[in-house]
Amino acid sequence: MRTRTIFYTIAVACAACIPLTGVYPVFMMKLLCLAIFACSYNLLLGYSGMLSFGHAAFFGTAAYATGWLMTVHRSGVGMSILGGVLAAAVLGLVIGVVAIRRHGIYFAMVTLALAQLVYFVCLEAPFTGGENGLQGVGRGALFGLLPLKSDIAMYYLVLAAFVAVFAFIQRVVHSPFGQVLKAIRENERRAISLGYDINRYKLAAFVLSASLAGLGGSLKTLVLGFVTLSDVSQSASAEVILMTLLGGIGTFFGPALGAAIVVTLQEYLSDIVGGWVTVIIGVIFVACVLTFRRGIVGALARFAKRV
Amino acid sequence: MTEIFGVPVAVILGQLMLGLVNGAFYAMLSLGLAVIFGMMGVVNFAHGAFYALGSFAALLGLQFLGVNYWMGLVLAPLAVGLLGMIIERLLLRHLYRVDPLYGLLLTFGVALIVEGGLQERFGSSGQSYPVPAALAGAVNLGFMILPKYRAWVIVASVTVCFGTWFLIERTRLGATLRAARENGPLLQAFGVNVPLLLTLTYGGGIALAALAGVLAAPVILVTPQMGSSLVTVVFAVVVIGGMGSILGAIVSGLGLGVIEGFTKVIYPEASNIVVYVVMALVLILRPAGLFGKE
Repeated sequence: MRTRTIFYTIAVACAACIPLTGVYPVFMMKLLCLAIFACSYNLLLGYSGMLSFGHAAFFGTAAYATGWLMTVHRSGVGMSILGGVLAAAVLGLVIGVVAIRRHGIYFAMVTLALAQLVYFVCLEAPFTGGENGLQGVGRGALFGLLPLKSDIAMYYLVLAAFVAVFAFIQRVVHSPFGQVLKAIRENERRAISLGYDINRYKLAAFVLSASLAGLGGSLKTLVLGFVTLSDVSQSASAEVILMTLLGGIGTFFGPALGAAIVVTLQEYLSDIVGGWVTVIIGVIFVACVLTFRRGIVGALARFAKRV
Repeated sequence: MTEIFGVPVAVILGQLMLGLVNGAFYAMLSLGLAVIFGMMGVVNFAHGAFYALGSFAALLGLQFLGVNYWMGLVLAPLAVGLLGMIIERLLLRHLYRVDPLYGLLLTFGVALIVEGGLQERFGSSGQSYPVPAALAGAVNLGFMILPKYRAWVIVASVTVCFGTWFLIERTRLGATLRAARENGPLLQAFGVNVPLLLTLTYGGGIALAALAGVLAAPVILVTPQMGSSLVTVVFAVVVIGGMGSILGAIVSGLGLGVIEGFTKVIYPEASNIVVYVVMALVLILRPAGLFGKE
């Protein structure tokens, strides 16, 4: 436990120093937003055993809600983020109620289809800007006090949000609630026979995961200043699966690492190989599934245990 | 001209016809998915990609090898089905013992590779495939004008669908396949080559997708993304029909095509989402799907 605390302190300190190193801050912020998204996804897939194939619906809906509140209603930053997270939570509740009626693969297909429904609503609805998306979303000032216009201020806000989400998920997983979720993942029937109302637990996990994914989406809107349809698209849903799978399903650090790798690949690889990025991501998917199902962190942890 | 709800009957019939054509493709694709899922327990995310590959195979065959439409209808599914069998042998085979979700993720990766490759090679602008001369033109039925090719698509697809249903539910080969699903090791003990059977099943399901792709080529724009936009609809269709149910896949495929066509007349904005709404309703009222057993 001691070493873990030291490790986390060092990691946070390093992350806090990154703006000083001259790394493009918007890139780092985008990475952290997607890391929040991946960690929230891991709460669902890794600790509750539900593979959602439509998590971008929550990420994107929150992104749109925040953008809409900022541009149309001129709401404050805090309110806009809260509004985005709430929108994601409500959508998570609605989709969750339908989706948790099925298990395993069926659950994946149902979430995929319902997310596609959300995508088409975003395409047609008047408040999303259709094909153009929402452009020119400002950053405003946090609680009217702290202006976020500078990338440094924004970076620390996003970093703080990431650390909070990370710590919160740790807390949830180690709580009695988290233990019940793990029990359901391992053996649903036994959990039922022990008297747990498993549907309520699963729904709670789903809504929680959707809300945190929404936080990632809301922050991404503020960072980049625009929302597009790609934030709610199927490929965004697939990306978050890849991040979690690559980093390690059910490990604390894996999804964040996976997000870092995938975002970096997309950012730098597209300059080198152009349109082949999709093919390369497909190959990584196949390779992960066939040879590397524990992910990077999972494999490292196993290796460390053996030594 | 007679009207219903202020819409001319000819328009309604025309949209229903289009809906039925779309439904024919939904039926063929969801049938392939249902066969692969029912026999192997694999959710084949790459189905849309193989559908697109079928179209491209026919198109390239026509452009570079002089393979005409009728030859393409046979050769393209064979070629793509063979590719499917290779993928089953090399990749999918290793995942039968682990959680079926990994099969879904693997085939998703395959879909990305196929679609990304097509996109890189042919761009995303799309090409058109000429309607074969024998099926060009239209017949005037008096109350509506029926393009010959669309009628052919419906007839061909319904024939293929029920042929497949008959093969699986009513023949000895089908009985063997179902036995392999029920208890593979036991069937193997009786001297049946079960792994080969699974390879053939996957190849057969993929060939169905490719056949749908060839049939679709003359009525749509052939693009690398033509499958990925369809595959989620088809997944919804399979959920509605009941996973693994062959008859369910056929009936709900055709039915949802018609419902979608109707929606285009009444409330066009909702035509993209009506299938998903129906799916949500079915899940609430009958979680196992319309034809599913549970």
